[in-house]
Amino acid sequence: MQNPYLPYPVRIDDILIETEDKNLKTFKFVFLNPEDEERFSYTSGQFAELSVTGKGEIPIGIASSPTEKGFIMFTVNKVGLVSSYLHAMKPGDLMGVRGPLGNCFPWDGMEGKHIVIIGGGFAFTTLRSSIVLMLDPANRGRFKDIHVIYGARSPGMLLYKEEIQAWEKRDDIHVHITVDATDDPDWKYNTGFVPTITEQKAPPGNADTYAIVCGPPIMIKFTQPVLDNLGYDSDHIIMSLENRMKCGIGMCGRCNIGKAFVCKDGPVFTLAQLNQMPKEY
Amino acid sequence: MKIIKIDKKTWADGLERLKNQYRVYGPVKEDQGFHTYQPLQDGQQPDLNCLNTRLSPKAIVHPQSHPMFEYSLDEKQADHHIMKPVEAGEISRAVVGVRPCDAKAFQLVKLNFDTPEYKDPYWLNAYAATTFVGLACNDPCSTCFCTTSGCGPFHEEELDILLIDMGEEYAANILTEKGAHLAGAAGWNAVEEEMGMDGRLADQKQAAEAKIRSFVKTDRLREVETTALYEAPFWEEIAFSCINCGTCTYACPTCWCFDIQDETHGQSGKRMRNWDSCMYPLFTLHGSGHNPRSTKIHRVRQRFMHKLKYFVDKYDAGIQCVGCGRCVRLCPVNIDIRKVCGLMNSYDTSACVCPTP
Ligand SMILES: Cc1cc2nc3c(=O)[nH]c(=O)nc-3n(C[C@H](O)[C@H](O)[C@H](O)COP(=O)(O)OP(=O)(O)OC[C@H]3O[C@@H](n4cnc5c(N)ncnc54)[C@H](O)[C@@H]3O)c2cc1C
Ligand code: SF4
Ligand code: SF4
Ligand code: FES
Repeated sequence: MQNPYLPYPVRIDDILIETEDKNLKTFKFVFLNPEDEERFSYTSGQFAELSVTGKGEIPIGIASSPTEKGFIMFTVNKVGLVSSYLHAMKPGDLMGVRGPLGNCFPWDGMEGKHIVIIGGGFAFTTLRSSIVLMLDPANRGRFKDIHVIYGARSPGMLLYKEEIQAWEKRDDIHVHITVDATDDPDWKYNTGFVPTITEQKAPPGNADTYAIVCGPPIMIKFTQPVLDNLGYDSDHIIMSLENRMKCGIGMCGRCNIGKAFVCKDGPVFTLAQLNQMPKEY
Repeated sequence: MKIIKIDKKTWADGLERLKNQYRVYGPVKEDQGFHTYQPLQDGQQPDLNCLNTRLSPKAIVHPQSHPMFEYSLDEKQADHHIMKPVEAGEISRAVVGVRPCDAKAFQLVKLNFDTPEYKDPYWLNAYAATTFVGLACNDPCSTCFCTTSGCGPFHEEELDILLIDMGEEYAANILTEKGAHLAGAAGWNAVEEEMGMDGRLADQKQAAEAKIRSFVKTDRLREVETTALYEAPFWEEIAFSCINCGTCTYACPTCWCFDIQDETHGQSGKRMRNWDSCMYPLFTLHGSGHNPRSTKIHRVRQRFMHKLKYFVDKYDAGIQCVGCGRCVRLCPVNIDIRKVCGLMNSYDTSACVCPTP
């Protein structure tokens, strides 16, 4: 019997400080056993348990794309026990990764559609994975227009800044970067909250358009009515939840919302599904 | 398979023979007056007069605290920081005197640990290594409501042998291959006389069932809508006196939730799994401080909704409760699942006067 709790051993290959407050770091991992990379076959929207030996495990969305080979990547906010310890680790250190876990964004259903990605703060990780996946030359033709609305508190708090600026220059993706406020005179993108920018920039909703929304609860709360007004049906609005987790495989019992486990049946749900569930997230 | 008679005079010898092949567990009376399941030492007999143990026998398969992996943090070790399975070497174990409700509970819990996508090796290996020798309840307690929660005092599911106390002897209904093997190991298969589950045994079964005086109704639980039940007005009153002590979940044979923690001593340690409880705020607390089940109303509702609605909808295998009555007897503030089940089952959404938004 395969033990679903056993992490694959990995080595930290690289660590990048993402934000000016240094609370977000991106970790690149390389599998110690090359065959584990194949076993860890994932798609965008899934997560993994990062296992810091001696401290514990934390569920973190996979920020790399399945089209990127040779490593996997995660962006971690410094919060409590495990994430703080992870922030103090160095390239070369050994730890574990368990996964991939959970469902993914509904890629089959979204094929041939317009995709609108709306992200706020550091919940942009699996969205980055999704964008890289869709922009891959082998995949770009599978989707119609791609819009991205991404906001952070200030320019220094944006994740993956260089990558996003590069996407902004491309003509096969519409990128709208925004910050809540800035006193940087050279800031050449939008200023304003994500819901406002969504109202201005997002295409109208219809049967051919899906919106993926990931962000802090406050952003989601105010973006939802905007999407309603734009004509998005609740089954065309896709969200990803972050309930507290341990096992990640539907066994330990803590992450449920109604009869669904966020770890196994989620973390990705449509708004239509969430509307049928107790509001325990 | 077949029913054999075991003379009570030879019972003790048989149990001693069993101990050569199995780690034998049975109810043992503690100094404080209640019973617990314990591994029986040589010469030690289970107390089969025990009505039921205070905690359920779930710990024999799902220990309260159990090592999953071990690790070394010492960089001089070749495999430092790599999780290694703890060699379990499952010992054959026999649980003697387990009540039919507690045995049935393993069937419900198995639904959680044995899924098409993932199998929990710890629970499943321990379960596979265990033989359940049940003891039918001739005299159920007043708080038992097993007959309306999917089992009964003579229920056979999940048992390998069902013992029925007939005064001078036990009738042993051998139900599985595992049970036959155990009977062989104890030397009980040497007994010649066979009998059927009719006549005196059937009468005894009927008499026991007739003694059950406590019932739940579960017929409407599936049809009442989840969100309506979740919003029902009665939760506040049910939860009012709960002190979130967690007793109900620890005592329950059908509660399985657990936590995972690394325990390091010096340069080495173990990744442990420990029982946890949905009654505690920490169970769902996010690192950010947000808690989706922040109040005790949330938590009490989660426990009952899980047992009586989510589980029912998810598996179509009845309620996640076998009617053992432990939580009813042990709750310090007398919260009673039978009453809650009644409220949920009879909840009429059309009669609910909702405040207009
Ligand atoms: C599907 C999913 C994807 C996530 N993706 C990311 C991501 O890409 N980047 C990121 O920075 N954070 C992400 N999170 C949140 C992240 O898991 C928590 O911030 C993290 O677990 C906090 O752990 P800690 O040990 O530092 O905090 P502590 O407060 O010390 O937490 C102790 C333990 O509780 C559990 N826990 C605490 N908070 C959470 C939480 N919000 N979600 C789940 N488990 C929790 C963990 O097991 C953790 O080890 C994600 C959560 C989920 C469920
Ligand atoms: S919920 Fe109560 S009565 Fe039902 S199985 Fe658990 S402890 Fe026994
Ligand atoms: S035993 Fe009673 S008081 Fe304790 S957590 Fe359960 S319902 Fe609440
Ligand atoms: S994290 Fe254990 S059940 Fe979801």
